[in-house]
This record gives sequence, structure tokens and C-alpha cells, in this order.
Amino acid sequence: MSMELLTAVGVGVLAMAGVYLLLRARMFSVLLGLTLLSYAINVFVFASGRLRVGMPPIVGSHGDYADPLAQALVLTAIVIGFAMTAFVVVLAIAAHVRLGHDRVEPDAEEMDR
Amino acid sequence: MLAFIVLLPWLAVPAFVLSARGPRSLAPWLAACADALALGVLLALAPRVFDGEVLSWSMPWVPQIGLAFSLRLDGLSFLFTLLILAIGMLVILYARYYLSNEARLDRFFALLMLFTGAMLGIVLSENLLLLFVFWELTGLSSFLLIGYWSNKAGARDGARIALAVTGSGGLALLAGVLLLGHVAGSFELSRVLAAGAQVQASPYYSVILVLILLGAFTKSAQVPFHFWLPGAMAAPTPVSAYLHSATMVKAGIFLLARLYPVLAGSDIWFYALTVVGLVTLVFAAYQAMFRHDLKGLLAYSTVSHLGLITLLLGIGTPLSAVAALFHVINHATFKASLFMAAGIIDHECGTRDMRRINGLWRYMPYTGLLAMVAAAAMAGVPLVNGFLSKEMFFGEALALERGGGLQWILPLAAVMGGVFSVAYSLRFIHDVFFLARPLHTPRIPHEPPRWLRIPVEILVAVCLLVGLFPGAIVQSLLTVSAQALLGTAPPGFSLALWHGVNEPLVMSMIALSGGVLLYFLVQYGLDLHSHVQSRNLAKRIFDRAVLALAGLADAGARNAYRGGMTTGVSLTILTALFVGLFPFFTSTAGPGTAHTHPSDAMALAAFALMCAASIGTMFAHRRRVEAIVLLSVVGLGVTLCFVHFSAPDLALTQLAVETVSILLLLLALNHLPQEAPPEAAVDHTVRHFLLAGVVGAGVGWLTWAMLTRPLESISGYFLRNSVPQGGGTNVVNVILVDFRAFDTYGEITVIAIAALGVASMLAALELPRRETDARGRAWSRETRFLPLDLLVRLLLPLALLVSLHLFVRGHNQPGGGFVAGLVAAVALVLLYVGRGTAWSSARIGRDFAATAMAGLLVALGTGAAAMLLGAPFLTSSHGHVQLPLVGTVPLASAMLFDLGVFLTVLGSTLLILTRLGLRGAGALAKQP
Repeated sequence: MSMELLTAVGVGVLAMAGVYLLLRARMFSVLLGLTLLSYAINVFVFASGRLRVGMPPIVGSHGDYADPLAQALVLTAIVIGFAMTAFVVVLAIAAHVRLGHDRVEPDAEEMDR
Repeated sequence: MLAFIVLLPWLAVPAFVLSARGPRSLAPWLAACADALALGVLLALAPRVFDGEVLSWSMPWVPQIGLAFSLRLDGLSFLFTLLILAIGMLVILYARYYLSNEARLDRFFALLMLFTGAMLGIVLSENLLLLFVFWELTGLSSFLLIGYWSNKAGARDGARIALAVTGSGGLALLAGVLLLGHVAGSFELSRVLAAGAQVQASPYYSVILVLILLGAFTKSAQVPFHFWLPGAMAAPTPVSAYLHSATMVKAGIFLLARLYPVLAGSDIWFYALTVVGLVTLVFAAYQAMFRHDLKGLLAYSTVSHLGLITLLLGIGTPLSAVAALFHVINHATFKASLFMAAGIIDHECGTRDMRRINGLWRYMPYTGLLAMVAAAAMAGVPLVNGFLSKEMFFGEALALERGGGLQWILPLAAVMGGVFSVAYSLRFIHDVFFLARPLHTPRIPHEPPRWLRIPVEILVAVCLLVGLFPGAIVQSLLTVSAQALLGTAPPGFSLALWHGVNEPLVMSMIALSGGVLLYFLVQYGLDLHSHVQSRNLAKRIFDRAVLALAGLADAGARNAYRGGMTTGVSLTILTALFVGLFPFFTSTAGPGTAHTHPSDAMALAAFALMCAASIGTMFAHRRRVEAIVLLSVVGLGVTLCFVHFSAPDLALTQLAVETVSILLLLLALNHLPQEAPPEAAVDHTVRHFLLAGVVGAGVGWLTWAMLTRPLESISGYFLRNSVPQGGGTNVVNVILVDFRAFDTYGEITVIAIAALGVASMLAALELPRRETDARGRAWSRETRFLPLDLLVRLLLPLALLVSLHLFVRGHNQPGGGFVAGLVAAVALVLLYVGRGTAWSSARIGRDFAATAMAGLLVALGTGAAAMLLGAPFLTSSHGHVQLPLVGTVPLASAMLFDLGVFLTVLGSTLLILTRLGLRGAGALAKQP
């Protein structure tokens, strides 16, 4: 099994778990799903710079380097991902306080409104 | 110098934020200072303008599309700038006293200055695209000003309609400007104005003209787009006095005047402007008579006078253009003073309904006198300025040499408009100040405070002085502005009170006597006060259209979205899946032939961990604490993967983010149920599992296909230039803080916004207190966790040192602002966990929002410093500094930017976590 195949499987599993949780009926599960999905995307973008072992993009340490651009893109994505998750967390809490439950599907009575 | 005039009001805007904490009178002073400074600059430039010079100033902005920040000051812009600033000054003074009961003066003046700056931008733009930008800015800021009292439905409606009408006109204007620039070959006015013949010969001419006229007519409230203006009367009166006398509504007129040399002269121009202007003039004047609301009357009168100016510009003779400009000045002065007087009356009586306020003369004769002079100017009574421009208008109407039937209609309609305007002006005076005793006014009126009257007195004095000595006061200003308008020297004209008995004078007399007759006929003969105002037809059509559109959107949304999230998400995913699958059937989507690498134990371990933990999370999601633990294991797997595949920076960041994310989710669980029972009724587990499986397979296949194809990357550039240009060996960090620093700047801004959003949402939230967990066990009130506390005390200095180390070496070795900020945040958050929020807050401080903002300012300042040195925004420089004892230290300005990143990340992270934690702790601490 090559590293490339391994990565492909890894990203696929992350995406699968993420989408499954995204479709659950509870806000907390949706949060977990979003986090997993962002992992999947981060690893995917990172891998688009190809997989290199022992070649960090620090100039001068050796002759060949891993792709720094993909890394820079993912680095900010990780931090922004945290900020966005925090935002969604507070939305979820606010919804929970307002509605008294944390389902993402409305009740029958809420449907009528 | 020129740029100062435009920018001064805007430079004052940030100061208002600070003035919110200062004394209340600070905001108007700030506004007045900015206005006065700009006015001073303008007056200093005046001699050069009067010598016929065209001053210009330019800075490239986006040269690729022909957009430049270029300004121009000629006679025409001088006239409008003078009006904007001078009347602006009086409005500031007036608003200071008018709004003295208002809670947030700083907000009002900040908006007013925003609007002033935008308005100045319109009249001083040399570049047409820039003009459009400012045009839209006036629309947006006037939206906020009209809707200033946002708790009133009328204000919200008025603001929305104004924005919708002028905004759609703005779109037409944009299209027109783009076409015009295309035909003229440039967006710079100096070239466009010289290309008149070329533009008029172009096949696009009629399209350009219609589009630009749509923009001007909507802004200047010409029939049938006039209905937004009466609605905008819900604005605070100082706003009306400003927007509807000298500024907002004159923007359309200014545009017509500005482009006069290019667009005017053709038959379309002549007929479009004269017909629309004439209809507006007569129709609105007629409507104004029947308004019972003081400001409503003034609003329709404004529409009518705007029609008059449009009409004058449409006639197209040099003299009519002079008359148009003259009337711009006159209308601005008398209408501003009338609005202010109406505001005083409203202020004193508590109502603006002319059916309820009568006979005010005995209570406020002085205000009455001022209003009389201003109303006389509005009606065109001799000795006041409005008379002179109206005379010129009558003269031009008689002298019309083209237009066939219009030659007959125009003078007649002009007199008719005059009759109506005399009638409504008379009503304004007679109905309010005489007629009867005040009826049912909420307050007993009396003269207003001295300072509220001063702006009105000044304006009325100007009306009188111009009316008595027009030649001495406005002749040269009119000459120089008309020259800029026409592009050539205007014909000689003499402004004087007395030209002898001639036809225009006769027309004036007919209008005056007719108006007086008509008013008394309507007031007494038809019982004006019982007249029921018909609703505005154009507004009704507009409302219908808006309702229909909203209904359509509503129906569409109802069909697509039934209140739940899962359906929507499923649809989105299915759509993405379909689009993603499409290429599989059309092109080769199989794997490539690039060389693959055999996996090693480390990679296998990392991915096995990742996969196992994510599948675990999938099944454990109902038991939430366990799910969080499993999720953190996934994160660790991802971190390992970054470590293994040569991304030390990513690994560090991921590890730190993992820590704060887990904390975040645990804090969230404090306010959410800890366990979730299975959904009984509708839980499409199998269906969703299948969907997720297909998506996972697709994403996996995509990854595989990508990884087995050859890589073409632009990264070689960054690797080659990182050291010579960026002065750092850690290429990832150099990309973040140097090559793509502007992106990073945007990203840290997003982070700070998200953190502020979290904080403000939490502040507005009433979180219920929890006594027990799901199984009925009481919460521990213990805030101090001894082992962790001891450990943290030991580790905190070390951790902060590590953070510092990571930050300092970040430019050359793995580390940098993002990582260092996160590490410091984690260390401090651990303190909160170990010692409780109250203890820690007392020692660390709570204002993390300020930290984040300071970070943004540092980053912005670094970028701006480069601009001061003449380099583009965020250009970096680097060198080596000799320090005693330490030796040579590499130093790059990008490090300062990185400090901004560090502070923003640190402040935002702490803000999010501590606010969430404090809410929980606060809920707990309420326990007796």
C-alpha cells in the first residue's frame, strides 16, 4: 500500500465520518461533523503539495523541499477553522437556549408556525 | 491638499469611536473641526480656482481597469464643495442642539461625517469610476442616516425605499459610466469632457445617456422616482436639512452638470430633461399644497425645485445653465433654513401636522419672521434670492427656440408651477403662524434656544443678501462655476434686482397673485384641512412590486426548505456529489501514472489512528464526552501526519488548535445536553450512511487521482526568493507574513471578527443555570483543581518562554505568530482551568478584545508604514542589526507584522474561551 493510497483512504474516511455526522439531527453532532470535514479538507489541500518525508521547507537544511504554499494555505485554515467552530458553537448554544432542545429538525408544532 | 478636503471628514470618523467615552459635546466639536478644516483648505485654494485654474491630484488605485484615486477642483466642484461644507457646518451646529436629548451623539455625527466625505468625493472626483464609488457611498450612508431612529417602522421603510430606488439607479449609472469610459477611451474626466463630439457620434450615445439619466433622476427624485424623498422625511430633521437641500438630492443635478459638455445638446437630452423636469416641477408643486405634514410639504417642494433645475439644464442654452447653478445655490440656502425652521416648530410643538399647529405667531414671532423670509425665497418673492433665479427661469422659458409645442407649453407650465409654489409657500406661513389658535399641540410652544436659531439666521441672511446684492456676492462664483460646467466662458449676464418691467416680471406677478388667490381659495373654499391625502401612486406600485418579489422568494424558499437543516444539507451534498461525479463520465478521471512512494510504519500508524478514531466518533456521537475525546485523537492523527510529511509548522499549529478546540467543545457541553437519546421518529441512519459512504469514496478517489498525477507548483518562486527577498529561511512563515501578507491580514481580521461575534452573541444570551448533570449529580463548585494548579504554576513561565521562542525564531525555523499566539493562549487557558475564572481574570485582565484589536492595528500599522516610505502596502524590508553583547541579529519588518498576528490570535482565542467559560462560571456562581 503506497503512501498516496493511504492518504486517499484517510481523507475519504474523514470525509465520510464528517458527512454522516453532519446529517445527524442534533446540533452537537453537526459540530463534530463540521470539525471532521475540515480535517479532511485540510489534509486534502496539504496533500495537494504532495507527500514528502524529511524535507521541511526550511531553506538551507537540504536540497529538496516540501511544497511551502500548500502548508501556508492550510496553516491559516486551521486557525480560522477554530474561530469559525467557536462561532458555530455559540450559535448552537443560543439555539439551545431559545428552543429548549438542540435538534436541527423542527417539531411538528414549530412546523406549523 | 485636495485629498485633504475629501478625507478630513473621514479621518474624523475613527475619532468618534473614542469620543463615545468622552463628554457628550465632544462629537459635534470633532465634526465641526473636520468640517472647518476642510472649508479652510477649500478657501485657501479659492483664488487659484477663480483664476480659472483646474487643480488636480491623483494616485493610482487599480490602473488595470482605469480606476484612479484622482480628484479635480474646478469652478463647478468648488461651488458644490462650498455648499456641502458651509451648510454642513450649520447643520452640525443645528444638530448639536436639536439632538441634545439623543443618547448616542457620536454615532450620529460619525454617520454624518461619513456622508459628508462621500458627498465631497462625488463632487471632487476626476475619475468617473471613483465618482461612482462615492455615489454608492452616499447611498449607503444616507440609508443609515434616514433610518437613524431605527426603532421606528417609518424610518426603516423610508431608508429601505431610498436605498432601493437610488441604489438601482446607481447600478444603471455604473453601466452608463462603464460604457461612457469605453467610448471616450478613459475614465478621467479631463479626457471624457473633451470627447463630447466623439461620444455623441457613437452608436452607444443614447444608451449611455439613458443609463446615466436613470442614475441622476433616481438620486435627484425626478418623477416617477420621486417617491423615496417624502418617505425619507422620517429622518431626523438635521439630516433632512442637509440631505434634501445641499447634498444628496443635488448629487444627481451635479452629475448632469458635470457631464454637460459631453452629453448635453442632443435632442434626447433636450426632451428627456425638459419633459421630466417640467412634469416634476408642476406635479410636485401641486402635491406640496395638499401635504398636511410640514416636512412633507417641504419634501414635495424640494422635488419640484429639483425638477426646475433639471428643466433648466435640459433647455441647454448657456444662460439657462447659469440659471440652474444659481438656483442650486438659492434652493440650498432657503430649503435648509426652512427644514431647520420646521424642525424647530416640531421641537417646540411636538407635532408637524399643520392641521394641529396654527397661530404660532403669538408664541414665536421671531422664528416666524425667519421662516417668512425663507418661504418668500421659496415662492420667488422679490428682494429675496429665489426671486432672481426664478426670473431667469421665466426668461429662459420664454426664450426657448426649439421643441415645437414645448415653446408654448413651457412658459405656461412655468407660471403654473410658480402659482403652486407661491400657494404652498403661503400655506407654510399662513397655516402655521396664523389662521387660528394652536390646536391640540402636545406642548405649549415658545421660542427655541438661541443656538438652534443661529444657523437659520445665517441662512436667511444669505437669502436676503443674495436677493438684494446678487451682483456683488454671487456673480463671480457663478461665472467661474458656469465656465467649468459649460467648458467655455459663459455669456455675459447681469444679476440685478431690477431689470425694468419686462415679461419675466409680469410672469412673476401673475404667479404671485395667482398663488395667493389659489391658496385662499383652497384653504377656505375647499376646506384644505379636511382634504384626505391620496396615497402616492408610484410608491404604491413600488410597494406592490416589493411584496410580489418577497412573496416569490418566500414561495421558493418554502419549497426548498421546510424548516429543518438535514434536508438542506442532504440536498447540498447531493448536488455537490452530482457535480463532482460529472467529470467521471466525460473525461479521464482515473489515477495518473506518477511515481508513488511505499508507505512506512509512521504513516501507517498516523492514518490508522485517524481512521479508527473518526469511525469511532461516528458511532459514539451520542455519548458526547467520549465523542470529544475520540475527536481529539483524530486531531492527533492529523498532527502526526503533518509531522511525518515535512510540515513542522502545521503540526505545531494543529496541536495547539486541537487543545483549544477540545476545551471549546467541552465548554459548549456545559450548555448543551451531554447525551442525546436516539431520534425516535425520523432518523434516516441507513440512507445517510450510504450518502456519507459515497461522498467518502468520491473524496478518496479524488485524492488518489490527484496524488498520482504530476505536480506543477508555483512554490519554486517562494523557495528561491524566501531568503533574498523575505530575509527568512522558514518559507511557510515568509509566505504568511511577507509574500502573501495581505491575505494573512484578511485572515486575522476574520479571526478577530469571529471572536468579537462570539463575545457579543454571548453577551446577549441569557444562559440558564445548571444545578446538576444529566444523571442528577450536583455540579462541583470547586474552582481550583490543585494538581493542575501546581503544575500550571510550574509550567506557565516555561510555556510563555516557549511561545516567545517560537515567535522569535519563526522567521527562520518552525514557529511564528500563529503558533506562538496559540501556545501562549493554551498556557493562559490552562491557568483558567487550574485556578478558576475569577482568580485568573483578576490577574490576567479581561479585555482580550483590546489585545486582538491591538494586534490588527500593529499589522495594519506595519503595512501602512511601508506606504509612508513610498512602497506598496505591506512591503517588507529586512536587515541585520548589531546589538552589543548579543551580536548580529537578523531583523525583518515582517516580524512586526507577525507580532500583529501573534496578538490577534492570542487575543481572539482567549476572548472566545474565557467568555464562554465565564458565562458558565457566572451561571454557577449565582448559586447562593
